[in-house]
Amino acid sequence: MSETLLETRNLSVAYGPIRALNGVSIAVARGETVAVVGANGAGKTTLMKALSALLPAQAGEIAFKGRAVRGLGPHDLARAGLLHVSEGRGTLGTLSVEENLRIAYDVRPTPRAFGEATDEVFARFPRLAERRRQRASSMSGGEQQMLALARAMMNPPELLLIDEPSLGLSPLLVKEAFRVLHEFRARGTTMLVVEQNVRSALRLADRGYVLRQGEVVMTGAAAELLADQGLLNRYLGTRNLEGGNHA
Amino acid sequence: MPAGAEPAAPVLEVSELSKQFDGLRAVDGVSFTVLPGEILGIIGPNGAGKTVLINLVSGFYPATSGRVRLLGEDLSGLALHQIGRRGIARTFQNIRLFKRMTVLENVLVSDQRHARRPIRAFFAFGRQRAEIEKARRFIELMGLTARANQLAGTLPYGEARRLEIARALATEPALLLLDEPAAGMNEEETAELIADVRKARKLVMAVVLIEHDMSLIQALSDRVIAMDYGKVMAEGLPAAVLADPEVQRAYLGEEGDP
Repeated sequence: MSETLLETRNLSVAYGPIRALNGVSIAVARGETVAVVGANGAGKTTLMKALSALLPAQAGEIAFKGRAVRGLGPHDLARAGLLHVSEGRGTLGTLSVEENLRIAYDVRPTPRAFGEATDEVFARFPRLAERRRQRASSMSGGEQQMLALARAMMNPPELLLIDEPSLGLSPLLVKEAFRVLHEFRARGTTMLVVEQNVRSALRLADRGYVLRQGEVVMTGAAAELLADQGLLNRYLGTRNLEGGNHA
Repeated sequence: MPAGAEPAAPVLEVSELSKQFDGLRAVDGVSFTVLPGEILGIIGPNGAGKTVLINLVSGFYPATSGRVRLLGEDLSGLALHQIGRRGIARTFQNIRLFKRMTVLENVLVSDQRHARRPIRAFFAFGRQRAEIEKARRFIELMGLTARANQLAGTLPYGEARRLEIARALATEPALLLLDEPAAGMNEEETAELIADVRKARKLVMAVVLIEHDMSLIQALSDRVIAMDYGKVMAEGLPAAVLADPEVQRAYLGEEGDP
């Protein structure tokens, strides 16, 4: 087993009296892609926010690259190589598409030139090239989601936390978004992915954790979780809807 | 009463509607009608102008040119709240609720009479039992009875979406506009949403639905319009529009992989 890049031990997070995470222990090895799946309200987004220090932990430990992250802020973690693509368009609305990409590029030094990185983004999402001088807030919801993903492409981090990459995207772009993630994986980027589309998430991942009411109720190889129809029905709200699944 | 209110007349009539933002023509000469009893689905690539179209119809911002008629009445130049009172209600892509109010309060404040008599509503003197009963019926219809006294901000995602629909229905609109109601929902929640929209349609004259989830579009829409670059690219029965080669290329992508 290779180096553990990210680890939590008995992590608990609460919003006032409501306990959102209860003793969650997960680990992500370098180079691995891990999916966190669960119904809405299970605590997936809370976990992602706690991991990037956007929410304080009530109890438990988080370690990134072998060091406890207690006391570090989101910006410290970003500099250390953790990138959180948050749910629902984490873009800088008053800046243009190009400026958003520039900031993503400038966070950490990279061997690639800025133009080379943007060329790759624009080839992947031609719509962003059309909108390059437009303010992010003036774009449609789906276009902003593309931009959020594109910011990760500018400068692949050591650990990518990605929350609902397909939210609000057209069927065509859902496929494109997952293609981008599969490429990240092929290049060895370590990823922790939260996604409502359970099947797409587990097809991408090496391993998965199933969250239910703030607790890990199951973990295993992604392929095994994917094959367990009973599990999918019980915890994840998937059904065998005939025909409808284009993603 | 509007002249065109007899049964066969369209609920909504959009003609040559356009919206220009600086250099961008977000909606470009769009025309369509929605007939009584219909659910019209609107699909199209991200940035095609779907939400802008809904914003024009609901009066969120004024059109650059073209007309919107509701039950024969021209809505051009009316303010947002005036359009609301004439019978258009909507939900949003990003859920918008009063998070620190209860589910019941959220539905109560959406009742139009409170908007007309805000001070009376504020002191709750006029809050008759009948109004609360009415609000409870919409809450029950959307399956939220057990949550009625819970703060809206604590609802799980799928239920927050249903509360948005209950709020829209409480204005007793002629036309209900739903903007990506299934976004972020899992398959089970989407299946429940389909049932909810079927219940909702019985309370309104017509529904317009923007959605990227094709299972929902196919299950609910009587007709579908596909947009691209601000224009209507295809229109017709759901199966025909989804099979359209242009729609496949620009929107659905090839079958299979990831």
